[in-house]
Amino acid sequence: MARIDLVDLAHSYSGNDAPPESFALKPVTMTWRQGGAYALLGPSGCGKTTLLNLISGIVTPSRGKILFDGTDITQASTQKRNIAQVFQFPVIYDTMTVGENLAFPLKNRGVPPAEIAVRVKQIADLLDLTPYLNRKATRLTADAKQKISLGRGLVRSDVAAVLFDEPLTVIDPELKWQLRSKLKALHRELDLTMIYVTHDQTEALTFADTVVVMHDGRVVQSGTPAELFDKPAHTFVGYFIGSPGMNIVPAVVGAREARIDGHTIALKRTYSGLPAGAKIEIGVRPEFVDIAAPLPGLLSARLERIDDLGRIRFARVRVGDAKFAARVPPGFSPQGDVAGLVFDPAHVHVYADSLLVEGAA
Amino acid sequence: MEKTVNQKAWFLVLPVFLIVAFSAVLPLMTVVNYSVQDTFGNNQFFWNGVGWFKELLDPHTDLGERFLASIGRNLLFSAIILAIEVPLGIVVALSMPRHGWQVAACLVILALPLLIPFNVVGTIWQIFGRPDIGLLGYVLNRIGFNYNYVSNDLDAWFTVIVMDVWHWTSLVALLCYAGLKSIPDAYYQAAQIDGASRWAVFKAIQLPKMNRVLLIAVLLRFMDSFMIYTEPFVVTGGGPGNSTTFVSIELVKIALGQFDLGKAAALSLVYNIIILIVCWVFYTVMTNAGAERPTQKEGVA
Repeated sequence: MARIDLVDLAHSYSGNDAPPESFALKPVTMTWRQGGAYALLGPSGCGKTTLLNLISGIVTPSRGKILFDGTDITQASTQKRNIAQVFQFPVIYDTMTVGENLAFPLKNRGVPPAEIAVRVKQIADLLDLTPYLNRKATRLTADAKQKISLGRGLVRSDVAAVLFDEPLTVIDPELKWQLRSKLKALHRELDLTMIYVTHDQTEALTFADTVVVMHDGRVVQSGTPAELFDKPAHTFVGYFIGSPGMNIVPAVVGAREARIDGHTIALKRTYSGLPAGAKIEIGVRPEFVDIAAPLPGLLSARLERIDDLGRIRFARVRVGDAKFAARVPPGFSPQGDVAGLVFDPAHVHVYADSLLVEGAA
Repeated sequence: MEKTVNQKAWFLVLPVFLIVAFSAVLPLMTVVNYSVQDTFGNNQFFWNGVGWFKELLDPHTDLGERFLASIGRNLLFSAIILAIEVPLGIVVALSMPRHGWQVAACLVILALPLLIPFNVVGTIWQIFGRPDIGLLGYVLNRIGFNYNYVSNDLDAWFTVIVMDVWHWTSLVALLCYAGLKSIPDAYYQAAQIDGASRWAVFKAIQLPKMNRVLLIAVLLRFMDSFMIYTEPFVVTGGGPGNSTTFVSIELVKIALGQFDLGKAAALSLVYNIIILIVCWVFYTVMTNAGAERPTQKEGVA
């Protein structure tokens, strides 16, 4: 178990001399505390797996340092780092039984057999693998195999961190829920630092205390699920997290108001001194925009369709050229294809060049 | 839907029947015919029943002794070359590069011996091993080994085995390399993370993943070495004495040298049956290799 510090860490697969924009991971500095559950969230190709492989030592960084509990391990081999990793597809050793598979990482490190037996039994119990312990691992289903992979990742009690690289990709949706909550429970029980890579926001938000959102090789925000939802630091976070994503529309922002399509919306905070020449946008989550009957004084929108998600309905509308999603209040049924939009000023954020601008109170 | 009856389809199948009949069935029946008869020339044949087969399988007769001795030599030969070529092929495959232009270079070099015609391989080694003008034979004699494959049994065996290893290890190596290449990187990364040693990686990942191609390699090499003819015939002619006379060489001697058609026919039928049985055994083993079998073994955990 260890605290992990990344110092100016960056990596390019085409060498250190590559232009900075082409780096798979752009310089990042952050600290992950011991015992935390972290998720790296981002679309495919955003650099999250690269970051994970840098931490596990499969890839050596082009620049920067990685510290485990203050010790520089940037050049150390994977074995020396004492890391466990679970991969996207199940990796099992065909010739061994399930029990031998689980014991393999311990056996390789010369743990006494009695201790191995205790530990394997404990992990097998946690993952419901006990009935299979003496069976060959080859003929099991994909999710049982992935459980074995998870088990091998968790079996060592002294690891610095357990890394998960989209481990639930091959699992059926229903089992996914079970395994995910199992992982969460294991995290509490085993007190291990866990880092979980995924492109599925539900997975990230349910698993982690801290979600690190990555975009185009950069860490754009790191925070609790609530922070990511309420106050996205980057338009990408707003758009990527939440379903549907945040509405982001170009606007002219004055001191305490924003103008969209010739209409003025009140803001909760005062924005002055916005960088000149920057692209100014406002972002508001669909949950904080209500659709209403078209009244003067409301921003008017053209209704395109309504998505009924069962518990909640979202209207897809257009304001000028910008697409918008808004909540349909319960019991409200729109008349015609014109509607008004009611904003919750406390949840309207202002972005300059995609970055959140903090207003003054 | 009702199937339409169209007898014209027979015209499409008939050529195959004819070709197979003329190329395989009729010659085979001729051999069967010869194997139960004896002749004193002049195209006059006498019924001999299973006499030739009895003689063939009885070690006290001349024919039986020669047949069983050559079978023994052949099995020994196959066992030796398998024991050398399979491990050697694995080692070669493991030490081959994984990326870059070196891969292509290695593959070409490995494929070279496989492309050389058998009698050329024989001729190369026949000259290479000669003590007077062959590089190998000359050097061995100069550094103090009394090496001469024409007069010494062991030297003849040594030459024939080294020649086969030189000729065919590539095949095993190429098959193993293909097996190794199909292992996803994640396995190696997982093994690294699990702290596996080089030997553990080989035992737990590489060998099990190669198991299929290895079975094919063993089958091919066994079949090929069991019917080997050209190379030892060119190098040693089956000698000195009978020491490198394998079954196929013996068969040709009896059939074309002595013109004992009945004995040769009986021998070739038995030879054929042995090969069929071995094929069947390998086929059964291979198709069942992946199937789950209940293991009695207690788990280590």
